[in-house]
Amino acid sequence: MTLTPYLIVAALLFAIGLGIALTRRNAILVLIGIELMLNAANLNLIAFWRFGPHPELMTGMLFALFSIAVAAAEASVGLGLVIAWYRHSKTTDLDEMARMKG
Amino acid sequence: MIEGLIFGLLSILTLAGAAAAALLRNLVHCALSLSVTFVGLALMYLSLGAQFVGLSQILVYIGAVAILVVFAILLTRGAGALTPHRLIAAAGWRLGWIASVAVGFVLIVALVRSPLPVSGDHAVKVTVQQIGQALMGPYVLPLEIVAILLTVALIGAVIVAMPEDQKEMR
Repeated sequence: MTLTPYLIVAALLFAIGLGIALTRRNAILVLIGIELMLNAANLNLIAFWRFGPHPELMTGMLFALFSIAVAAAEASVGLGLVIAWYRHSKTTDLDEMARMKG
Repeated sequence: MIEGLIFGLLSILTLAGAAAAALLRNLVHCALSLSVTFVGLALMYLSLGAQFVGLSQILVYIGAVAILVVFAILLTRGAGALTPHRLIAAAGWRLGWIASVAVGFVLIVALVRSPLPVSGDHAVKVTVQQIGQALMGPYVLPLEIVAILLTVALIGAVIVAMPEDQKEMR
């Protein structure tokens, strides 16, 4: 195996995540799309760690671990915001969240 | 050969889960296909030799994030299959798909064309002890910052999701 197939899978995953984040109306699904994009970045990190010049330094792997932790924090705060907004306005529809529109 | 076969199967599993999350109508089905994607990625990490990251992926993403997403869907009553078809996609969804396909296309073209400076395939066995020593040695500052970030995120999520009347009481 070489590096390029992994990077292509990560690029496709990133594109699908971006598509979800841009096209769905539900706020929770937009968060799902963002999670998919973060996961694609993690796959890149792990693949570069495995096929890179110095895998014994574990740089990519530890970066992926920290990235997983940050993604978990982001998911919890994002879903908390969605729930707070739902309690406020009884909807999770992003097209109706237009109160701050100029 | 067998490695390529495993990689092909895992990438099909991962991308199919992601595509299902993009296209399904029922939100709970979307969350379940999202966890299929997470399983595929965790198995891919395991096949790449990053056992600890693969198992953390299962623990954090499937054990926590997917469950959290399902909870949020159920709490916001997005679970009913009553969403009319026109309410699935946002206003400019055609433009959104065009943009994401363009991004994927550009990324893949750039990847295929660029010579990647890799030194080849050396399988290094990384033990959990090594990871722990790295986390406590050179990576101790990022570890502490992540700990503070997680604490702040926990408190922030609780305060944001707290009902308004309880917020005013304290």
